[in-house]
Amino acid sequence: MLVSYQWLKEYIDIDDLSPQEIAEKLTRSGVEVDAVTDLNQGITNLVVGKVLECVKHPEADKLNLCQVDVGEGEVVQIVCGAKNVAADQYVAVAKVGARLPGGMKIKRAKLRGEVSEGMICSLQELGFESKLVAKKYSEGIFAFPQEMVAGEDALAPLGLNDTVLELDLTPNRADCLSMIGVAYEIAAILGREITLPIPAVVSSGEKASDYISVNVETSGDNPYYGATIIRGVKIGESPLWLQTILMAAGIRPINNVVDVTNYVLMEYGQPLHAFDLDRFGSAEVVVRRAREGEKMVTLDDAERTLSGEHLVITNGTDPVAIAGVMGGATSEVQNDTENILLEAAYFNDTTVRKASKDLGLRSDASSRFEKGIDPNRVAEAGIRATSLIQQLAGGQVLKGPVEFDELDRSSNEVTISLAKINGVLGTDLKVSDVEDIFTKLQFSVKEKDGTFTVAVPTRRQDITIEADIVEEVARLYGYDNIPTTLPNTPSTPGGLTEVQWKKRKARRFLEGVGLDEAISYSLTKKAKDDHFTEESVHHVDVALPMSEDRGSLRTTLLPHLLDALSHNKNRNQYNVHLYEIGSVFHSKEQTITVQPEEKTYISAAFMGLWQEHSWQGEKKVIDFFVVKGILEGLLAEWDILDIRFAQTADKKGFHPGRTASIMIDGKEIGIVGQIHPTVQKTWSLPATYVFELNVSELVNANNDTLRYQPIPKYPAIDRDIALVVDEKLTSGEVEQVIREYGGTLLTQVNVFDVYQGEHLETGKKSLAFSLRYLDPEKTLTDAEVVAVHNKVLEGLEEKLGATLRA
Amino acid sequence: MLTEPYIKGGKAMLDRLQELHDEAMTKVADAKNLNDLKEVRIAYLGKKGPITEVMKGMGKLSAEERPKVGQKANEVRESVAGYIEKKEKTFEEEAMLEKLQKESIDVTLPGRPTQKGSRHPLTSVVETIEDVFIGMGFTVAEGPEVETDYYNFESLNLPKHHPARDMQDTFFLTSDLLMRTQTSPVQTRTMEKHEGQGPVKIICPGKVYRRDEDDATHSHQFMQIEGLVVDEGIRMSDLKGIFATFVKKYFGEDREIRLRPSFFPFTEPSAELDITCAMCAGKGCRTCKQTGWIEVLGSGMVHPNVLRKSGFDPEKYSGFAFGMGVERFAMLKYGIDDIRHFYTNDTRFLSQFKRV
Ligand SMILES: [Zn+2]
Repeated sequence: MLVSYQWLKEYIDIDDLSPQEIAEKLTRSGVEVDAVTDLNQGITNLVVGKVLECVKHPEADKLNLCQVDVGEGEVVQIVCGAKNVAADQYVAVAKVGARLPGGMKIKRAKLRGEVSEGMICSLQELGFESKLVAKKYSEGIFAFPQEMVAGEDALAPLGLNDTVLELDLTPNRADCLSMIGVAYEIAAILGREITLPIPAVVSSGEKASDYISVNVETSGDNPYYGATIIRGVKIGESPLWLQTILMAAGIRPINNVVDVTNYVLMEYGQPLHAFDLDRFGSAEVVVRRAREGEKMVTLDDAERTLSGEHLVITNGTDPVAIAGVMGGATSEVQNDTENILLEAAYFNDTTVRKASKDLGLRSDASSRFEKGIDPNRVAEAGIRATSLIQQLAGGQVLKGPVEFDELDRSSNEVTISLAKINGVLGTDLKVSDVEDIFTKLQFSVKEKDGTFTVAVPTRRQDITIEADIVEEVARLYGYDNIPTTLPNTPSTPGGLTEVQWKKRKARRFLEGVGLDEAISYSLTKKAKDDHFTEESVHHVDVALPMSEDRGSLRTTLLPHLLDALSHNKNRNQYNVHLYEIGSVFHSKEQTITVQPEEKTYISAAFMGLWQEHSWQGEKKVIDFFVVKGILEGLLAEWDILDIRFAQTADKKGFHPGRTASIMIDGKEIGIVGQIHPTVQKTWSLPATYVFELNVSELVNANNDTLRYQPIPKYPAIDRDIALVVDEKLTSGEVEQVIREYGGTLLTQVNVFDVYQGEHLETGKKSLAFSLRYLDPEKTLTDAEVVAVHNKVLEGLEEKLGATLRA
Repeated sequence: MLTEPYIKGGKAMLDRLQELHDEAMTKVADAKNLNDLKEVRIAYLGKKGPITEVMKGMGKLSAEERPKVGQKANEVRESVAGYIEKKEKTFEEEAMLEKLQKESIDVTLPGRPTQKGSRHPLTSVVETIEDVFIGMGFTVAEGPEVETDYYNFESLNLPKHHPARDMQDTFFLTSDLLMRTQTSPVQTRTMEKHEGQGPVKIICPGKVYRRDEDDATHSHQFMQIEGLVVDEGIRMSDLKGIFATFVKKYFGEDREIRLRPSFFPFTEPSAELDITCAMCAGKGCRTCKQTGWIEVLGSGMVHPNVLRKSGFDPEKYSGFAFGMGVERFAMLKYGIDDIRHFYTNDTRFLSQFKRV
């Protein structure tokens, strides 16, 4: 909503306050002013000029030589290129030395040998937006539509001495979609009176009902319809004041009748529509729901297909307007229109909203009906427009209007106690303080024993319950004046849940070992996930995606991490280690009907070097075991020590020989490994390692709670063995057997060498382990160790065919 | 004069010793290195050296002279040995210095970087805010990102066709399921769990989604932190108090707050919270559009319809709720100019936040 400061002054005395001050007061009391714009964008030396003579430039066909009276007997020659310049016009002249918006300075010039002393301006040159300039002036200079005094300052008559406040209205404040509403608001803030128009018309002669009947089929959609007939109008250009005030409000002047309806729309917030009675097509207004698939051409010459949910105004046969949204082309007021049917109606908010949304038609009218208009000003706005039309376009108003009226005009009544108001706000207001606020708001109120009964004017449709009244009191009392306290309720223990705490621990650990935390989008392209996600997992799709790239919900975090690696690689960042903690969405249904399962995953992706110290030539390339080590460290943070890495060859998207399932309590809770080379290629990545853990499963895993272990009092004995085993055998399998036979004395087993190649039989490999024996109760004897150690060796041979390497 | 030749002999020895002393001292002084000193030591102080040689003649001296010569010989030895030692020490020190100089390194070469990753600035903001509120007795509540129309809208006083639904463009999955447009549904879910019993004191951080084209200031996915306090006798003045505490802890002691009336369907009265601009200390600058104030969050007293729908009696309970944009906080705090940086995962961006 654009509010002209000059227009505002017609309703309320604000001469002592600048537009900026008004803006600040509005903003602080809840009507946010987004911008305060001075319409005069630096224009100086602009005067009214009268074109005395206009002839073609002798040397240039497209230029005119104008002799212009610029006041006080001064006549200057101005070369003007506009086609519409003519003698006897009053025009806006930027004199030599004048400044125009954008800092342009007017200088004396010579054009094809002719002197030009100044410039005759178009509205665009004066800073008006092209879309606001009336068609008549859009291609050339502006000519005042009335007689002026040459030499007078031209800024004021052009409305350029005005300032416009741009309101950013919240949906509840539909009342401020009108000048009168804004005036009420300012009056309440300032505690001042407002002056409202008292419209009246002189009607004569015939009755409107002789020309038109009104028949509303669905009163719920349209509880009031008023049709006024004005005969014998003369369509023409609006007077300057009306044109400039509409442009300030962001509306393009069209003709006197349409301009009046727009003026009243802005003044009252009441949309009106003027039909050409002779083009209406009948003598009856029938308001009904559109038929399914019914078509009509709207004012903007577009054909619209309607549905049974839309309300239309018809002439009994065909639709002539979409109620509250836009008029039709056939019954539009034109230059030769003589008789007017003026509609002032109350259309239901939801019907209008539906039509406007379905048809993609947002108009000044629809946006007001949608938010709810004041039922008590519908008819009055009709009278206001009628009287203005009569004033500006002449004609005879027939006795009327013809009405359909089932409109509820009663006001809301809200009862609230002083104690409640003070209780909610934490204030200490007295009855008189609150009464004073209601008076400023012009709400009528009765008070008895500290309880107020408030009759809310119908212009404030947003106020229906106690809380709404509390807000009115609070904002006019001033939020700044509300005290600052702390709740005097019992204190509560704050904190994180165990899962939240675990997530934080994971973050601390991962950032501590050198991973950067990534956050990526939940919406993704299904095909990306399909590189990894099994077909049994169903994707959840967005109903109307903005793009294919954001068409589905992610089922894994890996593709976005690969995207991130690839993004970094393309920017010469080759050693990148990222992790993300986030939700993935798995549906059990092909097409969802219930919320999908949301699982929290922790995933990480690595490429390039893990460690590097360049000038010392120190380098560690990322491999499976770097990633596995981090994973083990991470799980240890969560007290999960008993983890099994099960070699797996058939994970979608993974290298078949370099991938493991992460098993806890016999359950797969994640995966770690290298990305399959073909998938790496899709993302143009080098060898890339990842892991992905299902946190939702992990938090339920059995934890090894930390308990102190006594420091050994007796020495341990270490034995190293190098075994030759089948190459298919894993280190894990061998270790398991060692532990099985080592019994309680065997406290540690570490692999320290893996070898395959020369000096070994094909199909065999060598694994070297270091075994530590310890008895916490006494010093072990050599004999005791030999006994256990031999059992281990025998067991290895028996179970795995492992032999000691010669 | 029987003693004279002895004296003579004694004098000659003393003279000889002095001569040897001077000779040796000159050689020590001329010594260029430890080896030269060693040679001087062997030559003069060795068992076969000239001093020993002189001493051998002592037997011929009188009892009177003998100690004098002996003393002189000792003096000479000590003097020479002392000088050698001193000179040796100097040579050793020089040698050490030379060695150390050879060992010297270029300390301006880069240190070996420790392995340290970075915390995402959004996480950092969320955790800091969580901690401030945990300190005030709040717990952290979370909820699903795919929500039902009921929890995201209806329960928050936003029935279907409510004009305020236009304020948020929603990613619908079905007619009933959607990507949550706010973290407020977590409020309803938490209140339901309390079955009408206060107090409820939670903050709810999380991702939310709106149909926006991504650009420098818009993102179709962003993070919010929602807060809620419901108990008997909660007042709007308490909301001011909690905010004042929060703002001072998070943004700094010198920040002031102000509330401005606003509108949210789920609160009434509603308020925007502004804090004094840090760039200009409230004087007005480009960052704050010359107002001296920066808008940081939306808030208000929980709408009675919301309380009622979540099982709380609005006659008995009241509360306040607030919501803030995490990206906005991070952008203000670190001076980040483009919201897309948060979701691009460029390590040149991320690694800057190692220190947070
Ligand atoms: Zn500032």
